[in-house]
Amino acid sequence: MQYLDNLLFVILLAAGIGYFARNVRKTIRNIKLGRPYPVNDRKGERWRNMLLKALGQKKMFKRPVPALLHLAVYLGFIIINIEVIEIIIDGLFGTHRVLRFMGGFYNFLIGAFEILAILVIVAVTVFWIRRNVLKLLRFNMPEMEGWPKRDANLILYFEFVLMSAFLTMNAADLKLQMMQYGHYASHSGIVGSFPISRFLLGILPDNPEALVAIERSMWWFHIAGILVFLNYLYFSKHFHILLAFPNTYFAKLPPLAKWDNLESVKREVELMMDPNADPYAAPAGDEPEPERFGAKDIFDLKWINILNAYTCTECGRCTDVCPANNTGKKLSPRKIMMDVRDRTEEVGKNIDANGGTFKDDGKSLLDYISYEEIWACTTCNACVEECPVENNPMDVIVQLRQYLVMEESAAPAELNMMFTNVENNGAPWQYSQADRLNWVNE
Amino acid sequence: MDKKELNVKTMAQAAAEGHSPEYLYWVGCMGSYDDRAKKITRSFVRLLNEAGVDFAVLGTEESCSGDPAKRAGNEFLFQMQAMANIEVMNGYGVKKIITTCPHCYNTFKNEYPGLGGNYEVIHHSELLQQLMDEGRLKLKNNPFAGKTVTYHDPCYLGRGNDQYEAPRQVLASARIEVREMPHHRENAVCCGAGGAQMFKEAEPQHEEIFTYRTREALELKPDVIATACAFCNTMITDGVKHYNKEQEVKILDLAEILVEGLEDKK
Ligand code: SF4
Ligand code: SF4
Repeated sequence: MQYLDNLLFVILLAAGIGYFARNVRKTIRNIKLGRPYPVNDRKGERWRNMLLKALGQKKMFKRPVPALLHLAVYLGFIIINIEVIEIIIDGLFGTHRVLRFMGGFYNFLIGAFEILAILVIVAVTVFWIRRNVLKLLRFNMPEMEGWPKRDANLILYFEFVLMSAFLTMNAADLKLQMMQYGHYASHSGIVGSFPISRFLLGILPDNPEALVAIERSMWWFHIAGILVFLNYLYFSKHFHILLAFPNTYFAKLPPLAKWDNLESVKREVELMMDPNADPYAAPAGDEPEPERFGAKDIFDLKWINILNAYTCTECGRCTDVCPANNTGKKLSPRKIMMDVRDRTEEVGKNIDANGGTFKDDGKSLLDYISYEEIWACTTCNACVEECPVENNPMDVIVQLRQYLVMEESAAPAELNMMFTNVENNGAPWQYSQADRLNWVNE
Repeated sequence: MDKKELNVKTMAQAAAEGHSPEYLYWVGCMGSYDDRAKKITRSFVRLLNEAGVDFAVLGTEESCSGDPAKRAGNEFLFQMQAMANIEVMNGYGVKKIITTCPHCYNTFKNEYPGLGGNYEVIHHSELLQQLMDEGRLKLKNNPFAGKTVTYHDPCYLGRGNDQYEAPRQVLASARIEVREMPHHRENAVCCGAGGAQMFKEAEPQHEEIFTYRTREALELKPDVIATACAFCNTMITDGVKHYNKEQEVKILDLAEILVEGLEDKK
């Protein structure tokens, strides 16, 4: 009977990690639906980016208040999870506070965890107030309605409850230790230090059996909670906890205004400009199927765009600085990222349902993102500069434009006129090239 | 300064004389055709003459860099323009290009190399800084002493190419102190005309981007808003007009500011 706990624990652990691994594999498959995007350059800069921006959260500190709160939650969460190592060992072998052999350092750790836990509780409370009481504009835009808003709050509740459970568990444990009860007793005095949870002693019952029940259930709750949390990531904007690392590594490096020259276009233009090329020559047999110009659906995006979408924290900093959005236009770079993720998920489910291949559903990314949004972007790079995880919403907009112009001839009429002028007069307006030098004598 | 004789050669003239100038000055479409921007072009050339810079222009052989086409999604047109321009420039053996337009600057510097056009590309703010540092441009007076001057970062020079310093250095070496707007350098707000927005009407909105940006500048009660891009200059001029402030506030390119310092004290 005494091994039942341990067995249950193993099953829970395996199920939690197994399901998570499955979803990670699915995510990787979905990201790979995008087009190739070779990145094997400037490795030093990339590692630096990852360290500074993912681990160091450098860009968050453009706004110091949320940055500090966020750092507290982040550190709290990561560091307290060191404690999970002990929880897992205790769970597997039925030990009690197995890492106690570290002595004074152990006490320091447990004390530090408690302080972090209370910081996390304070921070998530402030975050909740910012979202729900102060109603900060960027958390209450149209694209946040429904699930995104619930998702953000849920995670705050989650963190609050997990940290409370952690502290309650410690308090019950401390009380049992003080009572020298059962295997909680230790001849070397109290194991661990409890700067926060000792204030909870008063509200706990004095009955040791009840205390054990509380301690055990909080312990179970804590570990189960962490596994649930891990599995929740995939469905949530909180995936960024993990994906921020690859995302900042693979992100576009400066200069930001440098856009790739489309290779598919280059091939055709070279052919057109080359007087020796035979336009009627049959393509060599091994030529790949001509690529679609620009992007209509997620398959046409680069994989980094899809990784960006999964990493997006839905923080809205990009939208907050977007000049188009700030002047009341429909374009919101955050929504662009969310749309890419939603459409990718839709495609992924379609693939799952059809035995591993995508069955045309007659839809595309253009069902999510309207022309009005696509044409409002000034390509100013403010969103890219601002994004704390180095996303590039602009790059998606650009590829959609390329599709509209080169595949559908669906540019706004004025832009078509501009194209014609550039083509005929070598200027975006209807001026004659012969007048180019008039300024000299004016 | 307007009627001052300018000394401008075309690449074709220079080639006929057997000379290959150190720089090609790429004037750009705004600088060639737009009435306001032409004044900037003239001012800049005046400075080049003053400093004895060896340059030529393409004149009627210049064409659109292709930037507006690319930003609007027409990669075809962009690459056709780029390849034609590269052919012309490589034909003249061009090594260094100066531009007054951050958009031309960006595409030459970053996007042309992949298409066979490798040049050293210099924005006029960078060249002006160099000329001031080397003492080749000497100002006789500072008509902006005691005036409030702010500087608007063009997206394609600033965020796009991390060039925040040169324009500020130019102003500093003209002994002009810049009052920064709350949003400046990497946080600067776009003037609204990038990404081919210059050539189309805006989408439904409650405000034009240029009034949004100009409002921030006007809050400093400036005498001068300095720009380094003809598009920004136009947009902010429109914004200043919108607020009926065109009597109080001048919108001047860096080149125009320096030219004013060339004059003997009035
Ligand atoms: S690049 Fe486009 S989407 Fe991004 S901030 Fe500028 S206008 Fe908005
Ligand atoms: S793209 Fe970046 S800045 Fe925008 S909402 Fe997502 S994480 Fe935030």
